[in-house]
Amino acid sequence: MLRIDDLSKRFDSGVKALETVTLTVGQSEIVSLVGTSGCGKSTLLRIVGGLDFPTSGSVLIDDEPVAAPRPEIGIVFQEPRLMPWLSVADNVKFGIEDQPRPVKDELATAALAKVGLTGFAEALPRQLSGGMAQRVAIARALVTRPSILLLDEPFSALDAFTRLKLQDHLLQTWEFDRPTMLFVTHDIDEALVLSDRIIVMRGHPGRIHQEYTVDLPRPRRRTDAAFQLWKERLLTDLDLSVEA
Amino acid sequence: MTALAPSQSDANAPRLVRGGGRGGRNRPALGRGKGLLLPVLLLVLWEALSRFGVFAPNLLPAPSKVLGAIADLAVTGELLEHIAITLYRVALGFLIGGAAATLLGAATGYSRTARELLDPLLQSLRNIPSIAWVPLFILWLGIYEASKVTLIATGVFFPVYLNLMSGIQNVDRKLVEVGRVYRLSGLQLVRRVLLPATLPTYIVGLRSGLGLGWMFVVAAEYMGASKGLGFLLVDGQMTGRPQIIIGSIALFAIFGKLTDLLLATVGERFLTWQDSFSSNHTRASADAADR
Repeated sequence: MLRIDDLSKRFDSGVKALETVTLTVGQSEIVSLVGTSGCGKSTLLRIVGGLDFPTSGSVLIDDEPVAAPRPEIGIVFQEPRLMPWLSVADNVKFGIEDQPRPVKDELATAALAKVGLTGFAEALPRQLSGGMAQRVAIARALVTRPSILLLDEPFSALDAFTRLKLQDHLLQTWEFDRPTMLFVTHDIDEALVLSDRIIVMRGHPGRIHQEYTVDLPRPRRRTDAAFQLWKERLLTDLDLSVEA
Repeated sequence: MTALAPSQSDANAPRLVRGGGRGGRNRPALGRGKGLLLPVLLLVLWEALSRFGVFAPNLLPAPSKVLGAIADLAVTGELLEHIAITLYRVALGFLIGGAAATLLGAATGYSRTARELLDPLLQSLRNIPSIAWVPLFILWLGIYEASKVTLIATGVFFPVYLNLMSGIQNVDRKLVEVGRVYRLSGLQLVRRVLLPATLPTYIVGLRSGLGLGWMFVVAAEYMGASKGLGFLLVDGQMTGRPQIIIGSIALFAIFGKLTDLLLATVGERFLTWQDSFSSNHTRASADAADR
């Protein structure tokens, strides 16, 4: 279980990014953080991942505070961030370097199969399209079998078709180990397709503005009337003309 | 050439062709020799003009004369000695200067403290013209090998140092963060992220360092040597034999080019992953795989 407790963050520059954020995410739950840019959602994710530090408050994983990156957390960034000199397979193995070779090979093969990239193991990152590269990044994060997967706008740099495909893909992949997922996005459709719960953040510094439990049955179809209704509701609440 | 394709034998499956490797792999044999065309043409022209008496033989002897003089030296075994000692000096200077630059460049690139401490001093030393060191090195190290090798090492040092330092500083912060996510130690980070990411600029540094090494070996052998290609150059001047002067210049060009080619080839083997304009890779229809 992931618990974010009364968390605030002020950067060295004096800019306040987050204020008194409290949030609990259950085992295998998929939670999206949505909000306008600059509302601190990515900062929150980085703090959860141990890459940044809160000014006050804490992040607890199974009641243990997070102070640095931890093995049970996997992170997928906005960019694939693959090592350009490593093959696809070696990139996937990046986080399991200390394991014996046959184990590494087996895990990497399995992870690549999960993201549908069997046969590309020996390719180099420069030979991949943006979507394929992001799938390799997801495989790299999954290969350690994290219990918590953090995704920071992982599909925002991709074109619309690729994005739709990878959203469905992510859900299929999630089925294997069912990690807890915390997903930052500014795409409402994306949040609705993926999430059990949607947290809307607003303001400077960012606060939790609203929380929704999405009760749409899965698999969700973007064209369903109920889906559209949800979308309308969220868009109304997010009304960007009103400053928080 | 390895063609990669997904395991499914789908006719529409994207095919990736492994790029990289040697620059002109798929070009016809004629294309490779293109660079030789102009020099050969000029040589023929030069030879012809010399034979027709357009060029004075005491100023610009014909290529055949130059070749003859070099061949004469080769027959006595003298040429080999000159080449060997010059190569030895360049190699030793390159190794020493390169090693020192690698250590210091890595330190100043990686550690802010080391940079603030060392870099200003090294940058100001860099501005001293090479020849200015000569009297000092002779005073300190004598007129034999030590002063020569030191001068060459000094020349090699700076480009290697600068390229390595800026290479490390410019490593993508985002890749370093991936290293943090997987909790790499400082040394692991250097080995698995910083070093490979820096390799392209490092190799550029080594190549320009080697180029300067060849420049400095001439200066070193000018300042008093009894052997070496630089000595041959001076000897040709002293004894009024322009064919020897031109011959040694040509030998400098040939060996400089050969050693650079060697370094470039070794470097290329490590850099096949680079996504650059010249690596003429085929990305083909990779994008289709997302659809």
